[in-house]
Amino acid sequence: MTDTAARTDTYTKFVRSAPGKLIAKQVGLPRPSTLPRRGDRPEPVLGPVVVLGSSAGAEQITRDLLGQGVDVRRRFDELRSVGSVIAVLDEISTPADLGRILLPLSGAMRSLAPGARVVTISRPARGEDPARDAARGGVEGFLRSLAHEMRGGATANGILVRDGVDLDAPGVTGALRFLLSARSAFVTGQFLTVSTADGSRTADLAKPLAGRTALVTGAARGIGAAIARTLAADGAQLVVLDVPGAGTELSRLANDLRAVPVQLDVTSDGAGDRLVAFLRERGLSLDIAVLNAGITRDKLFANMTPERWVPVLAVNISSQITLTQALIEAGDVLGDQPRVVSLASTSGIAGNRGQTNYAASKAGVIAFVGALAARLESIGGTANAVAPGFIETEMTAKMPALTREVARRLNSLQQGGLPVDVAEAIAFLASDEAGGLRGETLRVCGQNMVGK
Amino acid sequence: MTDFPRDALILGGNRIPFARSGGPYAGISNQDLLTAALDGLVARFSLQGEKLGEIAGGAVLKLAGDLNLTRESALGTPLDPRTPALDMSRACATSLETMVHLSNRIQLGQIDSGIACGVDSASDSPIEVTPRLRRILHRAFAAKTAMQRVKALSAIRPADLTPVPPRNGEPRTGLSMGEHQALTGAQWGITREAQDELALASHQNLAAAYDAGFFDDLVTGYRGLARDQNLRADSTLEKLGSLKPVFGVKSPQVSEPTMTAGNSTPLSDGASAVLMGSQEWADEHGLTPLARVVDARSAAVDFAHGAEGLLMAPAYAVPEMLDDNGLTLQDLDLYEIHEAFASTVLSTLAAWESEEFCREKLGRGGPLGAIDRSKLNVTGSSLAAGHPFAATGGRLVATLSKLLHQRAVETGRVQRGLISVCAAAGQGAVVLLESVTD
Repeated sequence: MTDTAARTDTYTKFVRSAPGKLIAKQVGLPRPSTLPRRGDRPEPVLGPVVVLGSSAGAEQITRDLLGQGVDVRRRFDELRSVGSVIAVLDEISTPADLGRILLPLSGAMRSLAPGARVVTISRPARGEDPARDAARGGVEGFLRSLAHEMRGGATANGILVRDGVDLDAPGVTGALRFLLSARSAFVTGQFLTVSTADGSRTADLAKPLAGRTALVTGAARGIGAAIARTLAADGAQLVVLDVPGAGTELSRLANDLRAVPVQLDVTSDGAGDRLVAFLRERGLSLDIAVLNAGITRDKLFANMTPERWVPVLAVNISSQITLTQALIEAGDVLGDQPRVVSLASTSGIAGNRGQTNYAASKAGVIAFVGALAARLESIGGTANAVAPGFIETEMTAKMPALTREVARRLNSLQQGGLPVDVAEAIAFLASDEAGGLRGETLRVCGQNMVGK
Repeated sequence: MTDFPRDALILGGNRIPFARSGGPYAGISNQDLLTAALDGLVARFSLQGEKLGEIAGGAVLKLAGDLNLTRESALGTPLDPRTPALDMSRACATSLETMVHLSNRIQLGQIDSGIACGVDSASDSPIEVTPRLRRILHRAFAAKTAMQRVKALSAIRPADLTPVPPRNGEPRTGLSMGEHQALTGAQWGITREAQDELALASHQNLAAAYDAGFFDDLVTGYRGLARDQNLRADSTLEKLGSLKPVFGVKSPQVSEPTMTAGNSTPLSDGASAVLMGSQEWADEHGLTPLARVVDARSAAVDFAHGAEGLLMAPAYAVPEMLDDNGLTLQDLDLYEIHEAFASTVLSTLAAWESEEFCREKLGRGGPLGAIDRSKLNVTGSSLAAGHPFAATGGRLVATLSKLLHQRAVETGRVQRGLISVCAAAGQGAVVLLESVTD
């Protein structure tokens, strides 16, 4: 993928060169691996796959994969290279069960292929059975540590399936498909919770969003443009929105994607009503709304001014509240099972020096999608968020060089993510299969060493 | 079979915000500016891959290498590359004339659709070499031997190397446009106050229209600019009144100079485009026509011998067009009179109110009379928006068409509107538009 090559940072290029490799190895410098993206690794599952665990759910998952024509094994015997590992832990009842299912993976760690995937499937602790909750909680500690130990661009993530939801629920299938694919290249050490059996299986895996109409705010460039391109590649009809000053860039994106451009400052008075009026005029109904518009105005809080504080809160969170409110209240501009996906940030989870305003807005987003998910449930909709870590964009390219270099390495994958990584996570959360995910915030950060 | 002539319809428009010369578009070529305006139009009306009948465009300040400026710009857009294009020019009336050209072709059935457009960049205007240097260089290129070439080139003198910027004056009088208008304004007794009031109204109307979202589907932001850079929403008569006169200052015929940077248009960069088509083409593409082109005229005056003011040609063209359509000046619902200078608009209006002018110059029985000033340039004009010469006509056509359509829908009555544009060399072009509703 030319995009990947073009965005490779200077340090990574150096340590991939022959002399760079030698020096980095001797001195013990980070040596980031190449992360294959969708274009580099089109096959949905990297085989062979080993399914660990003996529950009915494990059998179910195995049958599903076999049905997709995947090379599935139940043991590591004699495998020299392992593409994916799925540890099914849905029926564990004491911490002692963990080792029985997970320890076989230990001997296979060095056989994991570059870009391999490890996915655990377990159930969240629910405060009832102490021994069972201890085992369930243990999965999280195991997985997060394992993710730190993965090499060669491999990732480890978990799916938490609420009690009462079967492992063949669309949300589980969808989350597993996403985590096993190259679409989750920059997602590692994370858990996705499937809370209901809602959602439906994707009819056309090549165009999972075919027939859907999606709005992307802040779409003219950077992550927003990548989101629009990814959703369009997945078959969605796009409505791309950005501020009037970025109008021509927006038009050019719209021309590329045959999308509908909307020039609108989401913080302006009546922005929600103007958007609703526009959608009605064009006869458009949104199945997906990606609330991506965002700005930064970094400053230590001691030097913070209203000029830096107010617009950040207005764009990053207040506009999301007013836009979704207008869309819901209009009653005729949302599809049957609307999917809202908001842009949060790892700064909103762990905080970040110089970003009190930004972190306030992004932590607000995380709480906001929780409440919005509850509100949308009555109309069959969902709301979730994606929290990017360090992503290589025009915005981060303007950071001071040293700060940027440090920020890039502070994660398990030792590199910055690409806008498309964020876009892929959003495309998954916007899909039919993700109907069982509600109020989740999925981090796309390469397991940034901050926060949970 | 359709009977010809049929209606030529204005379907919509797009322009980039106009910038002041040396502003955010400095260093950007005419071709890039025009491509941007066309890209925005294509996106707005989903014209990707569309093969249109013709694109007519032009620029006033044009590099010699921009021979096929419009065609080259169109090739940079997602339009079907088999869409033909041509370049035209009539100074500040250029994109009004490109619109009239396409209108005629659509009316005659030669084409079904087209884009009329125009662009200018005062920031990137051509700078040429002196005629003497040019001839020496041509002789050198034509030389057959190295000796002949050296001989030809040895004729170059230091003075020949001075670059020649675009001429800021009428070739036949040596006076700039502003100096000419200063004479005309003084002749008509146009006051400083009246000019400043017109300028203020232009800024206030343009700002209000932006605030109301009127330009949401007429303007596409570019290079961080969302509104016309020259717009001063907070302008006041006091501020305008404090500016020093810049034209007519040294002229003995002007007793009291009145023309300032505030009531004259600044040098500007920008581009505009108008989508046109037949009713059938609009239906096929699901587009709502805004207005139809009723008529157009052009006129010229003998300014070189002093018989008339340089920018007064529209004063002659408008009555002729109205007469031919059985209309009086007051029958019109909206007037878009290009504000080259506030003084130009006011001189034109004064001429139509003058019994003497209308009898002697126009050969009429009496004056055309005054217009209702609340119908003039209701969403602002060039004084506020700026005036990238060849882009102004397109701005006027798209703006007026949308206004006429809006008002016809509101009132349930057909609305008529006039566009009047003065141009260099004593020329003028005028157009009559009429609202179209379903």
